[in-house]
Amino acid sequence: MGTTGAPTKITQGSQTKGGIGESTLRPDGTLKVTGEFAYSSDMWHEDMLWGQTLRSTVAHAEIVSIDTAEALAMDGVYAVMTYDDLPAPMKNYGLEIQDTPVLAHGKVRHHGEPVAIVAADHPETARRAAAKIRIEYKELPLITDEASATAPDAVLVHEGRDDHHIGHVPHPNIVHRQPIIRGDAAEAAEKADVIVTGEYTFGMQDQAFLGPESGLAVPSEDGGVELYVATQWLHSDLKQIAPVLGLPEEKVRMTLSGVGGAFGGREDISMQIHACLLALRTGKPVKIVYNRFESFFGHVHRHPAKLHYEHGATRDGKLTHMKCKIVLDGGAYASASPAVVGNAASLSVGPYVIDDVDIEAIALYSNNPPCGAMRGFGAVQACFAYEAQMDKLAAKLGMDPVELRQLNAMEQGTLLPTGQRVDSPAPVAEILRRVKARPLPPERQWESSEGADVRQLPGGLSNTTHGEGVVRGVGYAVGIKNVGFSEGFDDYSTAKVRMQVINGEPVATVHTAMAEVGQGGVTVHAQIARTELGVTQVTIHPADTQVGSAGSTSASRQTYVTGGAVKNSCELVREKVLEIGRRKFGSYHPAWATAELVLEGGKVVTDGGEVLGDLVDVLEDESVEIEAEWRHRPTVAFDLVTGQGDGHVQYSFAAHRAVVEVDTELGLVKVIELACAQDVGKALNPLSVVGQIQGGTTQGLGVAVMEEIIVDPRTAKVRNPSFTDYLIPTILDTPTIPVDVLELADDHAPYGLRGIGEAPTLSSTPAVLAAIRNATGLELNKTPVRPEHLTGM
Amino acid sequence: MMRVNFTVNGRQQEADDVWEGESLLYVLRERMGLPGSKNACEQGECGSCTVRLDGVPVCSCLVAAGQVEGRDVVTVEGLADFARQRDEHGGCASGACGTSLQDARQWQARPSGGAAGSPTGEGGGASPRAALSPIQQAFIDAGAVQCGFCTPGLLVAADEMLEKNPQPTDADIREALSGNLCRCTGYEKILDAVRLAAARQDRAPQEGVV
Repeated sequence: MGTTGAPTKITQGSQTKGGIGESTLRPDGTLKVTGEFAYSSDMWHEDMLWGQTLRSTVAHAEIVSIDTAEALAMDGVYAVMTYDDLPAPMKNYGLEIQDTPVLAHGKVRHHGEPVAIVAADHPETARRAAAKIRIEYKELPLITDEASATAPDAVLVHEGRDDHHIGHVPHPNIVHRQPIIRGDAAEAAEKADVIVTGEYTFGMQDQAFLGPESGLAVPSEDGGVELYVATQWLHSDLKQIAPVLGLPEEKVRMTLSGVGGAFGGREDISMQIHACLLALRTGKPVKIVYNRFESFFGHVHRHPAKLHYEHGATRDGKLTHMKCKIVLDGGAYASASPAVVGNAASLSVGPYVIDDVDIEAIALYSNNPPCGAMRGFGAVQACFAYEAQMDKLAAKLGMDPVELRQLNAMEQGTLLPTGQRVDSPAPVAEILRRVKARPLPPERQWESSEGADVRQLPGGLSNTTHGEGVVRGVGYAVGIKNVGFSEGFDDYSTAKVRMQVINGEPVATVHTAMAEVGQGGVTVHAQIARTELGVTQVTIHPADTQVGSAGSTSASRQTYVTGGAVKNSCELVREKVLEIGRRKFGSYHPAWATAELVLEGGKVVTDGGEVLGDLVDVLEDESVEIEAEWRHRPTVAFDLVTGQGDGHVQYSFAAHRAVVEVDTELGLVKVIELACAQDVGKALNPLSVVGQIQGGTTQGLGVAVMEEIIVDPRTAKVRNPSFTDYLIPTILDTPTIPVDVLELADDHAPYGLRGIGEAPTLSSTPAVLAAIRNATGLELNKTPVRPEHLTGM
Repeated sequence: MMRVNFTVNGRQQEADDVWEGESLLYVLRERMGLPGSKNACEQGECGSCTVRLDGVPVCSCLVAAGQVEGRDVVTVEGLADFARQRDEHGGCASGACGTSLQDARQWQARPSGGAAGSPTGEGGGASPRAALSPIQQAFIDAGAVQCGFCTPGLLVAADEMLEKNPQPTDADIREALSGNLCRCTGYEKILDAVRLAAARQDRAPQEGVV
């Protein structure tokens, strides 16, 4: 019996056109509501074993000894592996810097680092066996912040670094440093009538995707392995997995399983290599499923940050200059830290015109949990700080905070601090105007004819107030996020599109390696195929490594880049189909040769609307298939000294207005509305565009008032790895989120679209903070805001 | 090790060699071949594993397998049948849900309904999968599904709420679904879906009158 839960093709019919611009339903929707959709944790194989990871209980230590004998002797245990059992010379992996050991070698650098793996016939047996492995640690001094990382006698988190950043960082415990210098900030500061400074602290956020890390590795007869896994980027995984297994890439065949959310947390490897190692060692299929506790250690988090900002302005509110230093804690391994630094630095000024800037961003190596990609990627932390600065400045100038922002808002043509010109619409002032113009929820909205409805008040059903001590606040924020991979990265995607007649109907098949993580890329691919090829039936092939790379499902890039690749391949298929049509029918009608032809409603049609033929007759039993790569405009790396360079592809803008009610006596906050306006260029699927904006907004809300991974500064150990202690917004915590979608086309992008997934996560947090400051008059320079920050306890 | 006999989605089932520590969730997923109920936290915080146990919504990760001996479980895989039987047999598919006949009669399983206007034909036509419960169809139509991992638990919880309270206010919906975490949607479209299912079930009886 084979593998259960392997993805199959999904064919989606269409009764109407279902092309781009229409709210179209998910092709996987029925499977997902019936429980039939197979997530990576649902995979099953006859005779499969369960894998378990043993992780370090301390943050920084030498491994004195590992004793696996007792674990190996247990009934039902098939394998126990440590560093010494790794089969290939390559023993590390990493997105950009291969600094992460597959299993710890002589040393652990953070709490929860994998040290050993076990395979057994029942998950509980595997867990018990892992618990019987004895490890003796000798603890080392901890690096937990900038001061301890860069002290003269600091212990090095990584000795003997030879990566490409070591040459330009001021200390080996700094992963990467990106300055941006433009104009003369010191001189410009002299023109300022007011100057505001601030120190801001952004807490460590967890992606908290609901489907924990999981997958199934099945050894194959040729000595290779099949891996079914939930990831954001199959080909990036493949490049990191194969060398450690000592296998050529073609012997590691990866298929995307159902993915239960990602938000950046699946950009790095988690259980992939461990499952393959155990499968190859035992000759049996091995499934690994993290529980929630392990998931908190199994993926990187959003970088916590300390940000120092200085802004100046003239009396009439024109910004004169900005200086900032952003310190991101990258934790024990590099992950995506260098790119996060690039983003934080290049977007640190926000969506504002400031000619004179002095910017520095760094990421530390420390013994804290590794941090990397999460929705918003460096731009989130900066937005929290520069938007707090805007409010401070407005207060000092006695100006309306929205007016101040609009007065300094960037627009199309603005030069960024990197020297890059914004060459597509940048409606920053307009999205602010829209959220501000929206009517406010009624005052004392909790009052009803039967008295106070406590569900609408801070504290909710805890019944802590009927309105006493409750103060309303309103706050605004706006942000800028880059779309796509930046800094010269070859950010391409690949799409294979086939067209053929099946059961008397033309059908398009779209095959990409794009990771569908919930964002709705599969819906969009089908829409694009319908629009470009005039078919109603589109089959979405499972994503795997049998087709070229699609790049990552991150950086708000997939609709742009893999969408662009699908569009491009469809266009190439259409040309071939028309060639066949001309060959067969060209002599019957001159328009085959002279007119612009499109495919619509299963027919070949002239641009004048005349039907020339049926696709069924054109294709007959021929099938047309094209696999092609597609690229957006190239970017360049930022200069390492000045930060100058056309480093970004596209920008995305969102603004929020938050309305909160604060119980000032208890420090409880209820966000009652979080309105968003965002320019999306072109909404390919308006229904899912709004869903993305609401989801992103809610993750920003979480950071504002509840979410933080707490790391004990004395031990560098994670104190709240569970949904009991790490809180994400429930439906009760989440307000109504009205969304205003603008569609100002970016002429450089397919259909004029703009990547949308991340921008709403930026401005949501500072808008909520601004609203709480507005209600309380407190400074509040840290996320998340906790009751004790509001009551001064 | 023990043997557990119980009913799952209307069918008598027997699980052998069950460990004392195994949860109902584990037995459903790993022994019954019903992985629809999801494991996202294993400590009753996220609601992704919500099933009906003798009609009552529970986190199946917190129910020991032995506790279900002789009892009746409905999972997301059985939700469409459950809703249809509730409709056909006077309101109490499980025999223990306590819904009045009149309330239950408001349910109309509309196998092809709701799908006709959908741009992709989701759930429409002659496919056997067309038989979705109203709440399942509403989740698709309202865009309440993104990654979908929370969806099974939310569907079971929302279906139960609508059974008890066919015309919920937004505050009712929020309260009833507050034990179910979703990380993708921001909940707004989940609210839309529940409102949609409630509106359709409210409308259905009148539509039935010729």
